[in-house]
Amino acid sequence: MINLNRKDIGNWTRLGMRKAYGPMLETVAEDHPELVALTADVADSANLIPFKEKFPRQFYNIGIAEQNMTGIACGMAKEGHNVFLCSFAPFVSMRNYEAVRTLAGYMNLNVKIVALASGMSLGVQGNTHYCLEDISLMRSIPGMLVLSPADVVEEAECISFLADYEGPAYLRLTGIDGTPTVFNEEYDLNIHTPALLREGETVAIISTGSITSECLRATRALKNEGINSALYDICCLKPVDDRELASIISRYKYIITVEEHFRGSGLGSIISGIVSDKNIPCRLIRLGIDDRFPHVGAYSHVMQTSHLTAPYIKEAIISELK
Amino acid sequence: MNTIEQIADIARRIREDILEMTYKSGVNGGHLGGAFSSTEILATLYGRVLNLSPDLVTDSRRDRFILSKGHTAIAHYAALAEYGFITKEEMMTFEEPDTWFPTHEIMNIEKGIEISSGSLGYGLSIGVGIALSAKIRKSKFKTYVLLGDGECNEGTVWEAAMAAAKYKLDNIVAVIDVNGQSLDGYIMDTMPIYHMEKVWEGFGWNVLSVDDGNDISELLGAFYSLSMEKPNVVIAHTLKAKGIPSIEGKVGWHHARLTEEQYMAFKKEMENAQ
Repeated sequence: MINLNRKDIGNWTRLGMRKAYGPMLETVAEDHPELVALTADVADSANLIPFKEKFPRQFYNIGIAEQNMTGIACGMAKEGHNVFLCSFAPFVSMRNYEAVRTLAGYMNLNVKIVALASGMSLGVQGNTHYCLEDISLMRSIPGMLVLSPADVVEEAECISFLADYEGPAYLRLTGIDGTPTVFNEEYDLNIHTPALLREGETVAIISTGSITSECLRATRALKNEGINSALYDICCLKPVDDRELASIISRYKYIITVEEHFRGSGLGSIISGIVSDKNIPCRLIRLGIDDRFPHVGAYSHVMQTSHLTAPYIKEAIISELK
Repeated sequence: MNTIEQIADIARRIREDILEMTYKSGVNGGHLGGAFSSTEILATLYGRVLNLSPDLVTDSRRDRFILSKGHTAIAHYAALAEYGFITKEEMMTFEEPDTWFPTHEIMNIEKGIEISSGSLGYGLSIGVGIALSAKIRKSKFKTYVLLGDGECNEGTVWEAAMAAAKYKLDNIVAVIDVNGQSLDGYIMDTMPIYHMEKVWEGFGWNVLSVDDGNDISELLGAFYSLSMEKPNVVIAHTLKAKGIPSIEGKVGWHHARLTEEQYMAFKKEMENAQ
């Protein structure tokens, strides 16, 4: 288990969620002897080299072969190992989808899929390296746990949780080095309950992943305009507690979902499903990526051109309230 | 230990079971061709090679058998029934509503079924994972994976082949049922794999070629000659639909729905072929 402290949080924040993964896994491996780490030629990108040196018999680099990595992970999981595998998000989710669904999902095996640099965090590397589909894909697999931490603090909590969890799971890591935290060392993840980051009335933003820090900035800017909006972070995107979410949504007149994912098939669709199923009277606005491949550029640029930075989130809310 | 004659007798009964299940499944049908080509491989593995019996299915020291060519589960069910892992009644629920024994098998450790298979190309990867796990734990068991030659069109087979060689998995044995055909016909027409033996050798495996993969003695010869240093592959050249002379090796019997006349005729052919 990972103990949270300010010094580690500072170091992880400088690394970003992707590179904080290696050191975090190293910590949980200390008291999980059956844990093995698999990667597909991205040990360095995931900062797993120190793990490899410390636990050489628990580290396997399978090369550029994500489906094979997943098959091997499932074979090891079947034998009782606690398997964490990682590669960049599009490769472990999209290229690998059938292996994840048919092997890890259908056989309900103890395999944790860690998706590095999801969303658009690889910026200039372009759409081959973006992943705006994985929430939708992974949520479509029965029995799959889908976690999407907002920052390195929540990531550490997720990894501690996953180390003790038995079953197939997907951990979606977004953001870049330096992405601000929204939680501190006092945070205690409860995967069944959305985290209330800011109290408010009439308006609530519901967010997932590292874009939550932009939402937090947006709530501060809104406050200056006299709008007191609540902010919830949903880390666990599957399973979701429909009743809990319905109870939250019912408290507000305006609900704004914000996600670094295609807006038609991720968090916004989860919330719209609940609004519809439970017949909740509210205005729902879903912010995310429109149905197109985004133009390529640095991360901050694509987030801006996709209208997913704090000023755009703020404007979207203000224009709706007018 | 089963004698060759006993294994041959079990192979004969496995074929009878397969024919029976295929006929009884009616319009659903069964993968007759590949089931019949694999019959001696299964009978030999379960009869004499695998350290596996109905009382060992949950024993961590058991040999693992992975059916990667999952469409021939019908042959696997018959072998499991003939060797006492499942009852004939269970076997005969093949393809019935809500059965645990559908066309493609479902993981069921207590019944001796290690994985859910049917999507081709994944069994060897899983086998590599199991074999790696055995190495970590210093367990002595072996993992056997049965693949089809058509299945070797799948790229994942070769990803797994690379990994087994990298980790020097002398505890994994791949068996390729080279019956020369896939669903659409001859593999040499659909997507040939030239020089199957040389390819596996190139990937770093010890290759044991079996000229007649429907001959129990020849198969045993290969299984008794495994390398102690490399992953082993037994390349068994078989005949699709072996055992029914009128259709042996012919295209069109990958999957079959049998009329009563065909069923009776095939049954007779199988009896006469003994």
